[in-house]
Amino acid sequence: MTEVAERLSDKEKFLDARSKPVEDHAPGWLRQLRDSGAKRFETLSFPTRKDEEWRFTDVKPIVRAAFEPSMQPPREAADPAVAAPHRFNAPGWTELVFVDGFFVPEASQLPDTGGLHVTSLAEAVRTDGALARKHLDTLAGDSGNIFNALNSACLTDGALVHAPRGYAETAPVHILYLTTNRQENRAAHPRNLIVLDETAEVTLIESYAGLTEAPYFNNAVTEIVLGDAAVLKRYAVLHEGPRGYHLSSVRVQQHANSVFRSFSAFLGGKIARNELKTRLAGEGADASLAGLYLAEGDQLIDNATGIEHASPQCTSRIRYKGVLGDTSHAVFSGAVHVHRDAQKTDSNQLNSNLLLSDAAAIDTRPILQIFADDVKCTHGATVGQPPREQIFYFQSRGISEAMARAILTCGFAGEVVDDISVEPLRTRLHNYIYNRYSPQK
Amino acid sequence: MAQTKKPLTTDETMTPETTDNTVKAPEYTGTRVERSNREIAELANRTYQHGWVTDIEMETVPHGLNEDVIRLISAKKEEPAWLLEWRLKAFRHWQTMTEPRWANVRYPEIDYQAQRYYAAPKRTSKELNSLDEVDRELLNTFEKLGIPLEEQKRLSGVAVDAVFDSVSVATTHQEILAKKGIIFCSFSEAVKNHPDLVRSYLGSVVPYTDNFFAALNSAVFSDGSFCYIPKGVRCPMDLSTYFRINAADTGQFERTLIVAEEGAFVNYLEGCTAPRRDENQLHAAVVELVALDNATVNYSTVQNWYSGDEQGRGGIFNFVTKRGKCLGRNSRISWTQVETGSAITWKYPGCILQGDNSVGEFYSVALSTNYQQADTGTKMIHLGKNTSSTVISKTISAAHGNNSYRGMVKVMPRAENARNYTQCDSLLIGNQCGAHTFPLIEVRNKTASVEHEASTSKISEDQLFYCKQRGIGPEDAISMVINGFCKEVFDHLPMEFAVEATKLLSVSLEGSVG
Repeated sequence: MTEVAERLSDKEKFLDARSKPVEDHAPGWLRQLRDSGAKRFETLSFPTRKDEEWRFTDVKPIVRAAFEPSMQPPREAADPAVAAPHRFNAPGWTELVFVDGFFVPEASQLPDTGGLHVTSLAEAVRTDGALARKHLDTLAGDSGNIFNALNSACLTDGALVHAPRGYAETAPVHILYLTTNRQENRAAHPRNLIVLDETAEVTLIESYAGLTEAPYFNNAVTEIVLGDAAVLKRYAVLHEGPRGYHLSSVRVQQHANSVFRSFSAFLGGKIARNELKTRLAGEGADASLAGLYLAEGDQLIDNATGIEHASPQCTSRIRYKGVLGDTSHAVFSGAVHVHRDAQKTDSNQLNSNLLLSDAAAIDTRPILQIFADDVKCTHGATVGQPPREQIFYFQSRGISEAMARAILTCGFAGEVVDDISVEPLRTRLHNYIYNRYSPQK
Repeated sequence: MAQTKKPLTTDETMTPETTDNTVKAPEYTGTRVERSNREIAELANRTYQHGWVTDIEMETVPHGLNEDVIRLISAKKEEPAWLLEWRLKAFRHWQTMTEPRWANVRYPEIDYQAQRYYAAPKRTSKELNSLDEVDRELLNTFEKLGIPLEEQKRLSGVAVDAVFDSVSVATTHQEILAKKGIIFCSFSEAVKNHPDLVRSYLGSVVPYTDNFFAALNSAVFSDGSFCYIPKGVRCPMDLSTYFRINAADTGQFERTLIVAEEGAFVNYLEGCTAPRRDENQLHAAVVELVALDNATVNYSTVQNWYSGDEQGRGGIFNFVTKRGKCLGRNSRISWTQVETGSAITWKYPGCILQGDNSVGEFYSVALSTNYQQADTGTKMIHLGKNTSSTVISKTISAAHGNNSYRGMVKVMPRAENARNYTQCDSLLIGNQCGAHTFPLIEVRNKTASVEHEASTSKISEDQLFYCKQRGIGPEDAISMVINGFCKEVFDHLPMEFAVEATKLLSVSLEGSVG
């Protein structure tokens, strides 16, 4: 069989779910959106290692695997209890829990938030779809990413957060996606839409957890629109199962003076790839993307970040750190693009990596493309081990080398976590890092 | 103050009143800054000073590229069969390849059949025994370029191999070098006189399969320099090749091969110019360096091909493959380049650090102004233990110029304790230019220590203000800042080259600042 024919059958398999009758009452515009997603999916081809953006990430395991995409929840009802250890259960917090891609109201917590509109996308579409209709696919629609197109083609559920003008948050919003072992080889396509109107302020945690050892595929898309002077703090925690595949795409549109603070933690998954791209469309917008990836075993973690300075006087920061053990492989690319008239741009980018094993591999690409002259742009990348002097310092004080390395590794990884402003999350991640790298383990 | 009104660019406009006002009038006109200003103004008026054409009878091959042309070139050069075979293999491979388009440069499709692949000045006598027999017109050409070949015979200092279009015209100082056992001659001579050496190293660093332009070069390369430094010899003088493109619609495809045996040391310089023409001309060279145990090769380039006019018409397409192989232990290869010319530059001098403890260095200044586009950088491949590499790249973009740094640092699994430091800084002058950085770091060994730093900025108002405060006008201040910006790289150039490079930068930037 030829490669092309194989590819076609691979694609058909992904769209299989669409041929099965869907019992939702999707309005016409949503059906149209799905159809146009399917059309894009059919025209685009799966990325190969010849595509610069995917040079180090081979998606063949995902393409070839027999994932069963479904636009229906599994027959067996989700057990709300599975979510308990992954929730924060903090008073006042809004928590949306999705199991295997579908919203489970019984497991969720939806207090009165005083104006903030938080709901499942399926629910929003059923009741009042105006906002979703206005924004869905406006950012991810023409990204050229075939998996985004697939997400649109299979769009069924996800989270919708809308903060009206001037909304000042009272407590964070937590969106939790759990994958259980109810159904093997399941593919889910969660879609989130976050819209903050002028001067609204929201803190959001998006987490993905795998509760199964079996293989599965999460293909998430998050679209974020920040109005003038809106402030969004977004924390993503990816803790997929050992054989879970995770591809996600976050697209942000930032209007004048808006602030986007992003932190992403990559803790699990066999292949986890996140595309995080923000467009600074209005003057004075500010974006800061931080991240931490901890890989071991044969994990592959790929972070593709991008900041487009389309307006003058914008500020951007990228700071990603990684710790790699065993035969794991990490990829980082940071692309900063400064448009011709984006004068007074201030951009700074840093990627640091710690290799714990000889078989671990890192590929890092901090890219700058600058077309304006009055700019201050820097980037840096480092790969190394804890300095010998530091280890010697510990040893001279009676601390073993293993312990010294553990402390230094925790310190290295902990640095980006310190900046998290949500206390329960910060503590949770610090504890996680400590448990993972402490030598007593 | 009267000084603020002082015109800075030309001498004539300096009015006597201003000088009368100051006590130290005579000294005032003679300050270094003033003098260099005048110099810059003079140079600027000349724009590209090497743009003339030498009228000389040429021997050429027909336009186009096919196996017959390659056989013809090979026959003209009286090459052995193995070399022709190698050329043909390269040509056949080239036909299967497609032109790379990944670089951040835009240019019209090149018609490879519209080029002429060989052009040589006609020779009066078959064998040249001394410089005196070289065509007067040719000697004048090089004299005009500031390379007086005849004088070179008497003055010690630098040994020059002068390449005019497709052939090497003359090589100076061969006798002195021969005494030390150093072979420095044109590539064609080397093929005739030292076929074994050429055969064992040709294509060992850049195989003809390497890339599209290297394959093209391997098929049609006409001449170039060959240099062999025997074991333990420190080359007593700097070696230099000067390339001149003269004929129209002719491409230049030269090939340089430098082999430094155990413990050898050589400084090598390369310079190039071409006439002003409205059409684009193709230049695709290959440079291969081999350094054995404890050997050092320093390779410096000042590239000043014609860069096209202010509207971006004409200029040389410069597609060059340069690579050095640190084959032996403790060997060292250092690339220093100043890229000011060419309409398109596509060039990534790299080092393969194979021997343990070997060192690779890359120092570069790339300037693109008018509509020039440069995509240049380096590739450092760490294979051996304790290998280290340093990359310092400075790019300056002005007018509509676009400059890209593209670098790769690769640490392979067996390269214990590899060390790399990369720094690339870009300077932007004017709001129509662009500066881009595409670094790639691939690490496969945990003991590696790799650092990459980059910054992009314009000349800061603070720096200009500081200079102004001390009576230094904007033009001088800018040239000072640029010189400071490039100093780290210029420090690695031999004296004469550093002076030339500084001048070139000032000339090219004239008018784009302030």
